[in-house]
Amino acid sequence: MLRYVGKRLLMMIPVLLGVSFVVFTMLYFTPGDPAVQILGDGASTEAIEALREEMGLNNPFWIRFLTYVKDLVIDHDMGISYSTNRPVLDEILSRFPTTIELAALSVLIATCIGIFCGIVASVRQYSIFDHLATVASMIGVSMPNFWQGLMMILLFSVYLGWLPASGFDRAICWIMPSLTIGTSTAASIMRMTRSSMLEVIRQDYIRTARAKGQSELVVIMHHALKNAIIPVLTTIGISFGRMLGGAVLTESIFAIPGLGSLIVNAIKARDYPVVQGGVLFIAFVFGFVNLAVDILYAYCDPRIKSQYAGGRKKKWKGGEQA
Amino acid sequence: MNREGQDNDRKSGQFMELLSRLLMNKAAVIGLIILLVLIFCAVFADVITPYDYAAQDLKNRFVSPCYAHPFGTDNLGRDILSRVIYGARISLSVGVLSVCLSAVVGIILGAIAGFYGGAPDNLIMRVMDIFLAIPNLLLAISIAATLGNGIPNLIMAIGIGAAPTYARIVRASVLSLKEQEFVEAARAVGASDAQIIASHIIPNCLAPIIVQMTLGVASAILSTASLSFIGLGIAPPTSEWGSMLSAGRQYIRDAWYIVTFPGLAIMVTIFGLNLFGDGLRDALDPKLKN
Repeated sequence: MLRYVGKRLLMMIPVLLGVSFVVFTMLYFTPGDPAVQILGDGASTEAIEALREEMGLNNPFWIRFLTYVKDLVIDHDMGISYSTNRPVLDEILSRFPTTIELAALSVLIATCIGIFCGIVASVRQYSIFDHLATVASMIGVSMPNFWQGLMMILLFSVYLGWLPASGFDRAICWIMPSLTIGTSTAASIMRMTRSSMLEVIRQDYIRTARAKGQSELVVIMHHALKNAIIPVLTTIGISFGRMLGGAVLTESIFAIPGLGSLIVNAIKARDYPVVQGGVLFIAFVFGFVNLAVDILYAYCDPRIKSQYAGGRKKKWKGGEQA
Repeated sequence: MNREGQDNDRKSGQFMELLSRLLMNKAAVIGLIILLVLIFCAVFADVITPYDYAAQDLKNRFVSPCYAHPFGTDNLGRDILSRVIYGARISLSVGVLSVCLSAVVGIILGAIAGFYGGAPDNLIMRVMDIFLAIPNLLLAISIAATLGNGIPNLIMAIGIGAAPTYARIVRASVLSLKEQEFVEAARAVGASDAQIIASHIIPNCLAPIIVQMTLGVASAILSTASLSFIGLGIAPPTSEWGSMLSAGRQYIRDAWYIVTFPGLAIMVTIFGLNLFGDGLRDALDPKLKN
């Protein structure tokens, strides 16, 4: 298992380097001179040229890319924000905890709703609840989350006055944003749980469990769900990564000072180092989340776990035979 | 003639079977109807809209839904119904064109990777892995920020971001197809690699590509609206659902209809495309449904 984790970590290095290359290339080709952006339009040509030289902007593409990677890896430097003149990484790190909290809360809500509805829909297949849940999940997947956020503000803040439309300082402020981000994920989790449970429920070992006189609750929760949960875990993991991307719009709607709203404001201010730094940072986190999901998957599924244990045994046996 | 005729008969027979399977699926039929209505709106927007989408009427700002303006009017007195109908034209064309772009790029790269294997396969698929490592919307945001606003740039941004998915699907299909006897037969009669890929392999892996393209249009429309919503897509006064939502959100407290109808249009479109895409997948691969 440790070898698997180590191998996956090593495989991430070229991917992350590639992501850095893609992001750097986009930054390189972005129109506008960074020196002019920092000094302003009224700056003299000499001052602009001096800053260009200082920032290494006159160097060839490859030299600049290697410097970018060196700064990133050794000095953890993503450049300077044009708007605030602060290091981009500082800006990102000050906003990131809010985004990760929002994403984690959304995943929690989506998982609870999705798994519960998925189980009930599969156990009561073709019932009214199953049909309603299926239609609701289709609508949930089809609804743009930024529009859902606006509709929730309209209903719960403007008309009913139950929830605040913006802010993040009180627990009540987190309800709408996390529901907004979590709805489409809940729909995906529900669909996956339902189809996975339907597959498992028809297996012989479930019939055996029932024949042994186990209660329906134990059969569903202990025997069926335990086996059906593995593909659901993958959906949850992938959704967590996607939520980091989805937060870009939701945070801006609810005025939450997270990484998403930082990126949106940077787009509006044409502060490209922050945009690309934010994208790079989220891509890194996305990569690590996917890795964690794969490890969790391998850990939870005895078949996958035994592949690695079995691999060593087979090799050993092979050696013995040889 | 006989061989060609038999071939055509077989193809039309397969098509009719597919169509009948598709039409038996109620959800897919609903999706198809929604799609047809949207295509009709997009094509005949000039004829069916009651007002010009850009015509301002400052005396009639913020008119609530009524007989004259069923979806109300916006902050500049423009008819929201007309703008939503015109929006179908922009959204569908950007969605379809970006999916075509990603499918073409993905099919070419996936076919080369799967057919030749070895170094080309490794190189192409590792590059695809890099693009897949960035969340779709964020990749589109980055590309759009680099290229700037405008419809062609938007199509590029969304199209490039989605290409790796097609490359993966095509590569997987090509890997299983290239060992088939008909490919060997084509090689034996002297067909070149390009001919084998274009005439024998790609036509045989079209089913998953078509399904992915249908579902891809839905996510492309969503991405278009998202990018326009944050100011990176289509700028006003062009009528696009995402930019309508973005422009209308500041008036949400006084005029609910400004943000409600464009969002509903996005939702119904994606709902229709998802229903149709799922139905198409079941019709093309009935085993999957069972």
